[in-house]
Amino acid sequence: MKRMLLSTVAGLATLLSVATAKAQVQVEWWHAMGGNLGEAVNALADQFNKEQSAYKVNAVFKGSYTETLTAAIAAFRAKQNPHIVQVFEVGTATMMAAKGAIYPVHQLMADTKEPFDPKSFIGPVYGYYSTTDGKLLSLPFNSSTPVFYRNKEMMQKAGLDPEKAPATWPEVVEMSKKVVASGAKCGFTSQWQTWALIENFGALHDLPFATKANGFGGIDIELKINSPGHVKHIQALLDMTKDKSFVYGGREGKSTAMFNAGECAFHIASSATASAIDRALGQGKVGISMMPYWTDIKAKPQNSIIGGATLWVLQGKPAAEYVGVAKFFTFLSRPDVQAKWHQETGYVPITTAAADLTEKAGFYQKNPGRDVAVKQLTMNPPTENSKGLRIGNFVQIRDVMDEELEAVWAGQKTPKVALDDAVKRGNDLLKRFEAANR
Amino acid sequence: MEKRVTFNEKTLPYLLVLPQIVITIVFFFWPSWQAIYQSVLLEDAFGGNTRFVWLDNFAHIFQDPAYYRSVMVTAVFSLLVAGLGLAVSLLLAVMADRIVRGATAYRAFLVWPYAVAPAVAGVLWGFLFNPAVGIVAWTLRTVGYDFNYVLNGGQALALVVFAAVWSQISYNFLFFLAGLQSIPKSLIEAAAIDGAGPGRRFWTIIFPLLSPTGFFLLVVNVIYAFFGTFGVVDGLTKGGPARATEILVFKVYNDGFRGQDLGGSAAQSVILMAIVILLTVVQFRFIERRVHY
Repeated sequence: MKRMLLSTVAGLATLLSVATAKAQVQVEWWHAMGGNLGEAVNALADQFNKEQSAYKVNAVFKGSYTETLTAAIAAFRAKQNPHIVQVFEVGTATMMAAKGAIYPVHQLMADTKEPFDPKSFIGPVYGYYSTTDGKLLSLPFNSSTPVFYRNKEMMQKAGLDPEKAPATWPEVVEMSKKVVASGAKCGFTSQWQTWALIENFGALHDLPFATKANGFGGIDIELKINSPGHVKHIQALLDMTKDKSFVYGGREGKSTAMFNAGECAFHIASSATASAIDRALGQGKVGISMMPYWTDIKAKPQNSIIGGATLWVLQGKPAAEYVGVAKFFTFLSRPDVQAKWHQETGYVPITTAAADLTEKAGFYQKNPGRDVAVKQLTMNPPTENSKGLRIGNFVQIRDVMDEELEAVWAGQKTPKVALDDAVKRGNDLLKRFEAANR
Repeated sequence: MEKRVTFNEKTLPYLLVLPQIVITIVFFFWPSWQAIYQSVLLEDAFGGNTRFVWLDNFAHIFQDPAYYRSVMVTAVFSLLVAGLGLAVSLLLAVMADRIVRGATAYRAFLVWPYAVAPAVAGVLWGFLFNPAVGIVAWTLRTVGYDFNYVLNGGQALALVVFAAVWSQISYNFLFFLAGLQSIPKSLIEAAAIDGAGPGRRFWTIIFPLLSPTGFFLLVVNVIYAFFGTFGVVDGLTKGGPARATEILVFKVYNDGFRGQDLGGSAAQSVILMAIVILLTVVQFRFIERRVHY
């Protein structure tokens, strides 16, 4: 109801503004950012609209990521689509495959003669959404990466040095056991297990997620997530569940409730969760560090990959209006705009200039650990395995991985069997995607 | 002598039923046809690449173990929702029918839950049973029962059934109560004078006389269990954990809207449509025979 009201209000506002400012070119932007994030999005649109008068961006909240994507697809089919739509990273392959529906950003910038420098972007952020030859398809907007959080008070209680974060998985196991021995309900828990413990685990250890450079090289691909490294990793986590040094807290971001309640001492969670965690446990009580890794799989970690969403431009509007879209994208990539967005929301900045600006403003000194995400993303030049993922039917494949992992935590399947099954079921879905997009 | 009114007007009757026919065609036949048409197509989400694939989508569904699992979940779920929903509301109606003082207040309370939309009911119960913050889950834990519907499939299914039954009880209750009140008191009194106890009076007089209402409610409840419970499942579990509560209608939504697999989703909804039509026919052919009007 509230949503309906909001969209009605937004619709009315659009009508009114059309009536008052006919000369202005209207740019429709559908997004999925509710609550505080929605306000930050509106502030961005307002700032752009105030800075110039030729174009007016109308930001419209369309619900969850899935709802926004579905709405955009339905609107496109009815030729009523917005200029810009925010799509989450797992929808990337779906968007890419939609020939004739999308307007690649690199082409948009070239057609409208808008200056555009791919080198100004942070590598893994840019890479996730670009073609194999480095052409940007959609504009990175809100990106995050999983980082490692630790509850310093709980570590102290367990006799651990709260300033020393575990760097490797064996250290996590050892510290978690000490925390549980000191009376805690749980040692470690993770958000978005498929994203953190499979996808980012692979990138960090330079292990492939799928063939053909994780799907960047084509859509006829197969999953590779049942490698000995993956099996070892999941087995180690399963062993940790025996004494509650690892507790599974549910899908998506559900486990954060356990970390915020002081039940678990360690947590792998999105870098964008930092401010919510700070609010729950108090500033200074939580340490942020890079994701742990296995030294026997890779001597030094590679780099992590992102999650979040990007802005896709849809086809079917007059050329003049796309100039407004290009101008808005330039505005969004500007260092001061990005730095503000990064500091307010916790999403990583998409350009190195924005990160530098944030550093210079002393933000990281006041908020220690907020720079870990960028450092973890950029510690090495991305490889084929750590550039990102381009997987068709990815929403369902994540469901499959979630189910198979849940079967492991529940003791119904061994890690090897579960990962083999996930590959088999995932490959079925990939074949179907290939058939639909032939 | 029977009195019969005849109309000579030929077009008026058709004109009078026209609005209903139009509504049925626009909102039922047309979408159903669209679903059937879509079910033989394979296309990408934006509709730029459409291919006719005969019955491939159906073949794919019948090879998918997850689909059979969903069928089983739906069977168990529907049986429990319709069965429990009818039994509990009948019990409540019989009780309410006996109350003399405060009957209106009692009835009003029983009808209240119907004002809560299924989706809201889902969120509500999800909150109460939430393993981290839910007051009911907390109470259960203090008595030594670890309730966690986020992880435990059996508990999740039980919770979804509970919430679905809770939202439907009021509706059933109203109909049962009306049915009970239309049973002539004289019949029951005569039986009582003949020495029949309350149990016997219920099973030999009230229950058979209530059977038209019961049959109607059975059909409505089965359809509710198949389709109307979507909001409850969406609000509570979204089909999880590990598809333990993924009933057929939710799978249609999941594959179509989350997965953007329109062909597969349409094929599933065609199958679902066939199942419900079949069930309704069976109910009318075999159960209705035993109904006393």
